[in-house]
Amino acid sequence: MTVAVSILPEQQLAALNAAYNKAVLRKRLRLLLGAAIFAAALLLAAIGAEVNLRTLFTYFGNFLSYFDRILTLDSGQRVWTDVGEWLWGWRKWLKMLGETLLISYVGTLIGAIFAFALNFFAAENTSPRPWLRFVVRRLLEFARTVPGIVFALIFVIAFGLGPMAGVLAIAIHSTGALGKLFSEIVENADMKPVEGIRSTGASWLSCIRFAILPQVTAGYASYALLRFEVNVREASVMGFVGAGGIGQELVVAIRKFYYSDVSAILLLIIVTVFMIDISTGWLRGRLFGKEART
Amino acid sequence: MTGPQEVDTAQIRARYPDVFERPAAARLATPAMIVAALGIFVYGLIDLDFSPSRLFSGLSQLGWISMMMIPPDPGSSLPIYLKAMGETLSIALLGTTLAALLALPVSLFAARNVVPSIILRFPVRRFLDSIRGVDTLIWALVWINVVGLGPFAGVLAIAVSDFGAFGKLFSEAIEGADQKQVEGIRSSGGSALHEIRFGLLPQVLPVIAGQVLYFIESNTRSATIIGIVGAGGIGLQLAEQIRVLEWQKVSFLILMILVAVAAIDFISGKLRFAIIGRRAVA
Repeated sequence: MTVAVSILPEQQLAALNAAYNKAVLRKRLRLLLGAAIFAAALLLAAIGAEVNLRTLFTYFGNFLSYFDRILTLDSGQRVWTDVGEWLWGWRKWLKMLGETLLISYVGTLIGAIFAFALNFFAAENTSPRPWLRFVVRRLLEFARTVPGIVFALIFVIAFGLGPMAGVLAIAIHSTGALGKLFSEIVENADMKPVEGIRSTGASWLSCIRFAILPQVTAGYASYALLRFEVNVREASVMGFVGAGGIGQELVVAIRKFYYSDVSAILLLIIVTVFMIDISTGWLRGRLFGKEART
Repeated sequence: MTGPQEVDTAQIRARYPDVFERPAAARLATPAMIVAALGIFVYGLIDLDFSPSRLFSGLSQLGWISMMMIPPDPGSSLPIYLKAMGETLSIALLGTTLAALLALPVSLFAARNVVPSIILRFPVRRFLDSIRGVDTLIWALVWINVVGLGPFAGVLAIAVSDFGAFGKLFSEAIEGADQKQVEGIRSSGGSALHEIRFGLLPQVLPVIAGQVLYFIESNTRSATIIGIVGAGGIGLQLAEQIRVLEWQKVSFLILMILVAVAAIDFISGKLRFAIIGRRAVA
C-alpha cells in the first residue's frame, strides 16, 4: 500500500520550520530559565542547611551499618535467629502500642466531635453569620497549621507529662483538619432539602438536622477514619516530647543505643501502622462502598 | 378534587416488609456500633488518666500561658529566628528535591505497566510501604545518630521519608498514564528506555511536578518540627523557648511559622496552577 505524502514547496516549508524552531526555542529558553532559578534556590538552600557532602560520604557507611547494628543482638547474632531475645520486652511494648492506639482513637474522636460542632459555622451555605464564619475558619486554620507536636510540647507543660497532653494535642490538630474537610462536604451538599424544610417554618437547627445531616454523615465517618489512620502515625512520635505512647520507648532506645530494641520497636510500629491502614481501608470500603476506598 | 385518600396501612406494610419490619440485626447495627465506640472512648479516658481535676488545672495553666504569650515579642533574637526560618525552608526544599530525584527511578520499578513481573514489583512496593510507615521524626533521630546534630540530618530525614511517599505516588501516576503513546514509540522501533523517555515521561512529569510542589508545601510544616529532636531549623528554637518558658518568644515563633506556611502555600499554589492548569486547558 502506498500513501502519497504531499510535500510542501521549499519556501513555504522553510517559513513553517522557522516558526516551529522559534516556538521550540522559546519553550526551551523558558524551561532553562526555570531550571536555573530552581538550581539557584537549591544552591542557596544547600548553604542554608549546612549541607556537607563530605560528611555524607564519610558517614554514609554509618547509615548502612546502623541498620546492620540494629539488626544484631548483643550476643553478635542476627536478630531473627533468636526472636524471643529480640522481642524481649514485647509485653511492655505491646502495652505502649495499645496506649498509642488509644491516644489516637480518643484524640480523633474528640477532634471529630469538635469539628462536627464547628463545621456548620464554617461552611459557606449553612453559616448563620458571615463574621462567625470568618472567625471559625481562622480558628480551624490555626489549629490545622500549628503542628500537633508543638501543641504537645505546650500541653506537656500545662497538663503535666503523660498521654493526656498527647490526646489533647491530637484532638486540636484533628479538629482543624477535620473541620475543614467536614465543612467542604457540607458545602457540596444539595441545598434543595434545606429549602424544603425551611419552607415549613423550621428553625436553623432543624434544617441542619433533617436536611444536611442525612447527606453528610457517611462522608464525615469516612474522613474521621482516614484521620484516625494518620493520627496513629502522629501518636507514635508523641512520646518524643513526653506525651505518652510508644515514642517514649523508642526515643530512649535510640538515644541510649539499645540497637536491637530500636529495630524491634520499629518493626512493631510498622506492623501496627500496616494493620490499621488495612483494617480502616477495609472498614471504609465496607461502610461506604468502593468509591470511598482511596 | 378528592380529599386525602384513605391509606391502607396494613396493605402497604404487607407489600414492603423490608421497610417496616427491618430485621433486628439491621436495626441494632448502628446503635451497637455507637455504643461500642463510646465504650472504647470511655475506657480510653480512664486508661489515659483523664480526670476532671487534671483537666481544669491544666486548662487554667493553659489560660495563664496564653496570657503570657501576648504580645508576641522576639526580644533580641530576631536575626537568629530569621536564620532558623531560612534553614527550615532550605531543609524542606532540599529534602523534597532529593526525595523526588531518588524516587523517580524506583517508582518505575513499582509501576505495573513498566514492570509487569510481580516478583520484582512486590518487594519494591513493600519496601516503599515500610519506609512510609516510619514517621519523619523517627528518621530524623536515626540520621542524627549518623551525621550528627544539625539541619543536614533534617534534610536526609525528609528525603528518606518522602522517598517512600513519592515512590508510591509516582508509580500511581505512571500507572495512570496512557499506554497508546508508549505503544506508538515501540511500533517505531524504540527501546524500553525510549518508551519511558518519550512515551511516559511527557505524560507524567506535570503530575509529578504538581505533587512535588505540594510536598514542598507540606514539608515546610514537617521541617518546622524536626528541630524538636535536634535536626535543625526553627523547631529547635521553638522547643528551646518552650522549655525555658519564654512564652512571648514562643508565640512569636508560632506566628512566624504560620506566616511562612501561608506564604509557601500561596506561592506553590500559584506555581501548581501554572504547571497543571495550563496543561488542563491545552
